[in-house]
Amino acid sequence: MEVLRIDHIEQTYQAKNGEVAALKDISFHIDKGQFFSLVGPSGCGKSTLMSIIAGLLTPSGGQVLIGGEPVTGISPRIGYMLQKDNLLEWRTIRQNVLFGLEIRHQLTEKNIDHADQLLKTYGLYEFRDKYPSQISGGMRQRAALIRTLAVCPDILLLDEAFSALDYQTRLEVTEDVYQILKREQVTTLMVTHDIPECISMSDFVVILTARPATVREILPITFDIPTRTPLSCRNSPQFSAYFDHIWRELECHEP
Amino acid sequence: MSRKITPTLSPQRRLYLKTEKRRRQRVLFTQIGILVLFIGWWEIAARVGLIDSFIFSQPSRILDTYLNMAQNGLLTHIGVTVFETLTGFLLGAVTGTVLAVLLWWSPFASKVSEPYLVVLNSLPKIALGPIIIIIAGAGTRAIVVMALAISLIVTVLEMLGGFHRTDPEFIRMAETFGASRAQIFFKIVFPYNVSTLFNSLKINIGLSLVGVIAGEFLVSKAGLGYLIVYGGQVFKLDLVMASVIILSVVAALMYEAVSLLQKLTVSRIEHS
Repeated sequence: MEVLRIDHIEQTYQAKNGEVAALKDISFHIDKGQFFSLVGPSGCGKSTLMSIIAGLLTPSGGQVLIGGEPVTGISPRIGYMLQKDNLLEWRTIRQNVLFGLEIRHQLTEKNIDHADQLLKTYGLYEFRDKYPSQISGGMRQRAALIRTLAVCPDILLLDEAFSALDYQTRLEVTEDVYQILKREQVTTLMVTHDIPECISMSDFVVILTARPATVREILPITFDIPTRTPLSCRNSPQFSAYFDHIWRELECHEP
Repeated sequence: MSRKITPTLSPQRRLYLKTEKRRRQRVLFTQIGILVLFIGWWEIAARVGLIDSFIFSQPSRILDTYLNMAQNGLLTHIGVTVFETLTGFLLGAVTGTVLAVLLWWSPFASKVSEPYLVVLNSLPKIALGPIIIIIAGAGTRAIVVMALAISLIVTVLEMLGGFHRTDPEFIRMAETFGASRAQIFFKIVFPYNVSTLFNSLKINIGLSLVGVIAGEFLVSKAGLGYLIVYGGQVFKLDLVMASVIILSVVAALMYEAVSLLQKLTVSRIEHS
């Protein structure tokens, strides 16, 4: 079942010395439960594309469809996770997790139960009355993810969501997040500039060209191992093959 | 913070704690010593005629003044000044914060008002005294308006600056959930700026007192500012000195009250 369709998206913006084309004719679609990554040379407009999908920015051309409906404005069907966990330090973990529901006036018993269930499943329930400064970086990131999942989005956008973490925590968190997303059957689109990270987590990697960005290739990632996790697939010989491939694709399009 | 003293304390640790304690005691002892020496020297210098006690007064005469003042309604004068200060302070804090919220709400209004705020902020508000008296009448109202005039613009600038310094990532996070401007303000910007609010309150309590004293210099029938001006006019310098000392105590107490309120509030919302 198709969840997200990016349909001929174009984006130009007006700078003082002329018009700049950022995105040019970008199209792809994501089915339910799939994990997509978006990689491209730095400054190619990945974050612009994310903002358009999230409805924070209106594209100059084309449209974004979620479940067949065009996105206009900030869509309640999207969960957007930013680089920092952005947990509010004056709220407890549980109050933070309920923040999205509160903003959307959806604090129903059913939704609160669901959020509590997520806290329980992912080991944060006993820390629910703690404050963000009292728990570890990995747990904070998990709490931020639960906050995003608590509003039951149809698709999750991860915008460099782990790049603020140190390497060790980052490996732990990607492992954590991967398990959560697969278990909850969350459709995900991640922007990253970390090639190993995108290989280790994705079902498909969308490679963009340099500005104006177009889709260079949509690369399916599969491993011949029984239970794939971000850490276990890093040892597979296929991993380095994918790495080389993506690296080359990015390199030869750098100016 | 509570320090647990356990018998397993290492000798180095015990030595460190002891040195720390001794250093704190030394500071306190010196502080009190300076005050005692100063008062003692003042009294002796006045008695032996080294300084003119008519102009500089002297501690024993100030003490006498206090005893007399207690019968002449000293408490009323303190009460009047404190009441005027608190009224001006609360009005300034509330009005200033509300104005800052409105300016945060409309970036256009914020940009437009910028040069006006800068000019108003650097203008010595005491210069407005005569106008204020004519508009508000020669009385308590003029004094409160004076206190308000002095603290208002600072509050607006301080709070608006704080609102604008709110971490934009927090706001963006709220926006991704579709938060309205009001939700962003009440759930992110305002809680984020509780400490800014208290810092501005701390500045304001002092500024309001400046406004009240200046107002009382110009028009009043009671209050510490009135006592100081009256004492000066009739050459009762004992009265002036006594009032100034009380004024400094009142100022310190009011500042401490705000500090205490801040500690109580912050310990409830910050946890680390």
